[in-house]
Parts: sequence; structure tokens; C-alpha cells
Amino acid sequence: MVRARKLGKRFGEKRVLRGVDLEVERGGFAVVTGPNGSGKTTLLRICAGLALPSEGTIEVDAPRGAIGYLAHDPLVYRELNALENLDLYGRLYRVAERRERIGMLLERFGLWESRHERVASYSRGMTQRLALCRVLLHEPRLLVLDEPYSALDAPGAELLDGQLGELRGDRTILLSTHDPARVEPLASMKVAIA
Amino acid sequence: MSYVSDVRALARKDLLLELRARDTLPAMLLFVVATFVVFHFSLPSGSSKLAASGLLWVAIVFTALLGLGRAFVPEREQRVLDGLVLAPCDRSAIWLAKGIATLAFLAAAEVVALPVFALFFHGISAATVGAVALADVGICAVGTFLGAMAVATRARDLLLPLLFLPLAIPIVVGGVGASVASAPARYLAFLALYDALFGVLCWATFEYVVAEAQ
Repeated sequence: MVRARKLGKRFGEKRVLRGVDLEVERGGFAVVTGPNGSGKTTLLRICAGLALPSEGTIEVDAPRGAIGYLAHDPLVYRELNALENLDLYGRLYRVAERRERIGMLLERFGLWESRHERVASYSRGMTQRLALCRVLLHEPRLLVLDEPYSALDAPGAELLDGQLGELRGDRTILLSTHDPARVEPLASMKVAIA
Repeated sequence: MSYVSDVRALARKDLLLELRARDTLPAMLLFVVATFVVFHFSLPSGSSKLAASGLLWVAIVFTALLGLGRAFVPEREQRVLDGLVLAPCDRSAIWLAKGIATLAFLAAAEVVALPVFALFFHGISAATVGAVALADVGICAVGTFLGAMAVATRARDLLLPLLFLPLAIPIVVGGVGASVASAPARYLAFLALYDALFGVLCWATFEYVVAEAQ
């Protein structure tokens, strides 16, 4: 469950978020939309616990290790390969049967063949697929996905559609996108930020 | 045990990154050797042993600063710190692992630097080696802590030296004292006290540094 009341955020003099109300029940799927610079990323960072609001309150019913956060940046090390990156996160997030889960995710996202290549050599789309593997690795209760479809090709986007379909109802999902029509069939609510 | 395994996994990652990228240790080695060469030619002939001992500590502090400035670069480039602070592990493990990795690079640079110093200036006493080892711990503890603070700011390259150098003054005092005094024990004890005090302080407060850094 995520509940925000009159949420606001300032960076110095600049106000990036103002009076946002949000309530997503456990298992709910909220799509956050809005133009560039409207504060979608800031809202998601606050929900993930990575930023503090300047105004208002936020309640998140998921501890730190139960949140899966997909950012604009993939949050993986470019000089490590996919296996090494996921192994590090798997250890830190206490993932049970880590190797099996990593192998399964890499297979599912089409990265198994390139698992020993450094991330620096990956295309943007492959890096985004790896970032999705990282987010799903510890089976988080709350998924906070900031424009997850960016850089994905058509098969990658379909793969993500399938994943979200599987997780819907079981996990709480907050997803920002510029293409809300894509996830409309899955979403339980829409949050528009002006 | 999970704390130890977290620190091990994070420190191993830092060592692996350096092994692949090789952009910190070679720079530190080149810098410290070049500094000694410059000091060798700039110090007037017949200068005292005391003056040369002072230069050793200047070189060590600035070489460490070079390594500390690069410590959080991989995390900054891909904003990986966000992923690490969301993990359910104790956040001080990030500081401890980064400090251990930086200590390893600094120690490796000094394995070359101290014989080069002995070659250019004068022999190194056991007390000096002990002081260098103790100083390294304090430098890496404080420097890694400040590096994490600085990495979140736009003026990070400027901020780290401005924050670090005043806090390194006691290390230089203790290090030079142990190198030149006839009874170095109290200077070594002073360095050990600095390590213990700042080590505990940094370990206990790192959580708030990364929380603020977001």
C-alpha cells in the first residue's frame, strides 16, 4: 500500500512537485502520467524511499528490501558483467537460491548468452533488460518503475507486458510512462500530474 | 555473519572494478613517484632529514586524496548508490567495504612509494612504517565518509579536498611526529586513537550521510 497526502518537493527555490494525493492499495497498479518536468520521477523516488518530501506525508507499506526500483539509470556497474551485477544485488538483497533465480531471469529477458559480457558493451535496450532483471531479482512487494518501456524494442516491451501481467494483483505497482495506453488494460488507477 | 558477507561482497566488487578499469591505482602510483621526483629536485641539497620526512607525509596525504576522489565514481556514473541504499543490508557496510578497497589501493601505492622515498631521501624506520599503516586506516575511514558526502554535490571535486584536508591535519601531525621523534610511541598511540575515534564516528553516522545524499 502507498498513501501520499498533499505531497510536495522543492529543490532550493524550484518546486518540482505540488499537492499530490495518491492511494494505491496492496496489489494495486497505478500508472503515473504527466508531461516532462511534471515531477513523475521525483514522486516515484519519494515512494521508493530515495527522497524525502518537502511537504505532505507518505506512507509505504513495504520495508527497504521489499522495494524494486527501476530508474532512468540502470543502477548497475558498467565494468561488471550481468552475472556479477546480479550476484552482487542477490547477495545484498538476501535472495534465496540466488543462482537459479539469476539464471531464470537472464533466460527470460534474453540475456543468458551475453551474461559474461561487460555491461559497458551492452546496447541501451539490453541494459534496460538487465535493469529489469535487477528489479525483479528479489521478488519485491512494491515495484516502482520509472518509464520501464524506454529503450526496449518490441519483443522486450512485450516481455515486460507479460511480466507486469503476471505480477499484477500480487504486487503493488507504481509505473510512470508517456504511453499510458500500453498499460491501461493492466492498470487499476491512473495518476495524472500537471 | 551477513554483515561480514555484505562487506566482503561490496569490497570484492570494488577490487574487481579496479582490476577491470585500472584507473585508480596506476594514477596513484604515478602521482606519488612523480611527487618524490619533484621533491628530490626542489629540496635544496643539504636539507635536513626532518624536511624530507615532512614531504613523505605530504605525498601520502595527496596520493590518498587522489584515490578517495575516485572512490565513488562508479556509483556516481550509473547512480548505483540508489540501488545499494535500497538493499536491506546495514548501510555502514557500503562505507566499510569502500574504505577497505581504498585502503588496499593506498597500501599498494605505498609498497612502491616507500622504497622510492628511501632511494631519493633517507631510510625508513619501523616507526614510520607503523605510522603509515595507522595513518592509512584513518585516511580511508574519514576520506571514504567524506567522499560519500561529496559525491551527491555538484562541486564534489572541490568539496572533498576542502573537507578532507583539515581533518587530515592530526594524521600529518601524528605521522611526522612518529617519523622524527626519538620516542615515537605516543605519536603512534595518537594515530591509533584518531583511527578508533573517527572509525566509530563514521561507521555510526554513514547511514545519515547516504540518506541525505539522496
